[in-house]
Amino acid sequence: MDFPFLYETFLTLIAALPLTLQLAATAIAFGAILALGLALCRISGILPLDWFARLYIFIFRGSPLLVQIFLIYYGLGQFREVRHSMFWFILRDPYWCAVIALMLNTAAYAAEIIRGGLLSVPHGQVEAARSCGMSPFMVFRRITLPLAVRQALPAYSNEMISMVKATSLASIITIMEVTGVAAKLISETFRAIEVFVVAGFIYLAINFVLTRLVAFVEYRLSPHMRQPAPLSAATVAGEIR
Amino acid sequence: MTQPTLFDLIGTGPNGWGPALLTGAIMTVLIAISGFAIGAAIGALGAWAKISGGPVLRGIASTYTTILRGIPDLLVIYLFYFGGSSVVTAVGRWFGAEGFIGFPGFLAGALAVGITSGAQQTEVFRGAFKAVHAGEIEAAIACGMSRFLCFRRIIAPLTLRHALPGMGNVWQVTLKESALVSVTGVVELLRQAQIGAGSTGMPFDFYAIAAVIYLAISTVSGGLLQLGEKRASRGVRRA
Repeated sequence: MDFPFLYETFLTLIAALPLTLQLAATAIAFGAILALGLALCRISGILPLDWFARLYIFIFRGSPLLVQIFLIYYGLGQFREVRHSMFWFILRDPYWCAVIALMLNTAAYAAEIIRGGLLSVPHGQVEAARSCGMSPFMVFRRITLPLAVRQALPAYSNEMISMVKATSLASIITIMEVTGVAAKLISETFRAIEVFVVAGFIYLAINFVLTRLVAFVEYRLSPHMRQPAPLSAATVAGEIR
Repeated sequence: MTQPTLFDLIGTGPNGWGPALLTGAIMTVLIAISGFAIGAAIGALGAWAKISGGPVLRGIASTYTTILRGIPDLLVIYLFYFGGSSVVTAVGRWFGAEGFIGFPGFLAGALAVGITSGAQQTEVFRGAFKAVHAGEIEAAIACGMSRFLCFRRIIAPLTLRHALPGMGNVWQVTLKESALVSVTGVVELLRQAQIGAGSTGMPFDFYAIAAVIYLAISTVSGGLLQLGEKRASRGVRRA
């Protein structure tokens, strides 16, 4: 094992880590908002909205992400109207094209996950909220959404992991995130295996931290499923006094 | 030169890319099927290692699934393509060949796709085996079946029944993953669309056509898989 080379590769690749994280975080954040909208369309019961969301989900889940990235980055530039529109400064930038493609893609998968979460909220909880006099919006904000998020979180963490992995496709449209730098290093040094090991380690580390974070959030969001904490000596003493 | 219309592009005329795109689509299906088959073989071995292997085998299998499910597929393709090339070059030099020898892109792609889908199929098969009732296996042993016969007649068909829905998901993922193989220069559907886009200056049309073909392939194969599921679970009473 050539440790100096591995170390040097690690330093080169870790410099590209912020870009990978930024891509993933932006895409996941925007994608989640879009996904919530799509999920609400699906369960709204309004047929046109429902069919729109179904079609959207079918298209974005049924075609490869790379095709979607190419369609947005290379494809849209074909139209003069797009090139002369006010959005061109966004659409000619590979970074934003990658973010848009990742966001649209993850929204399709996440919409179904969130829909599952929303449907899993027990009816009794909603009824109880209504009988307390909450308005429909408040029921959604205070009752339905938090419970749905809690339910959907485990499946959503899978989707987040696949998004982190999907950011690697941005390297194909010239973005030098971790995979992009790794591919450049491989073609410069022809030492595919060493570079692969280091890059793979970085992705594994990201995903490990991500799963731990989600597990922590899950723990915080489900206090009702935990054993009550035993009373500490201090509180007991305080109560006696 | 006038812009060809969408129908000219997908047709077989002088401006037509229809045959080329069709060949690309067939290539895509071939890569996906070979990858999926390699993955199924690895998945069966991996599931066996996880279920009845010793601590060493189990360790290897779980390291494999953890790693392959945690790193991007594109990296695996790069590893096989560039890594394979450097191995082949090294072997070539041994035999006195000069210079760089490329690793065939199709092989690299199918292997890379197979190894990533193998990690997913390991989990699918393992879950499916767990769903097989212990009583069924006990009954087979009580009938005096040998271990192999019991596997062939009882365990394999029942595991397959439970595994098919999960395998269907993995197939869809594999099909879409095969698009990444285009980076190695294999002329599959996406690469063909890229070529077409480059030479006509109509990227949107070509990528849109490619997307539609991918959708068609995944819809048709999804339907076939559902038929397979129906057949594998004949004799199951649905509530």
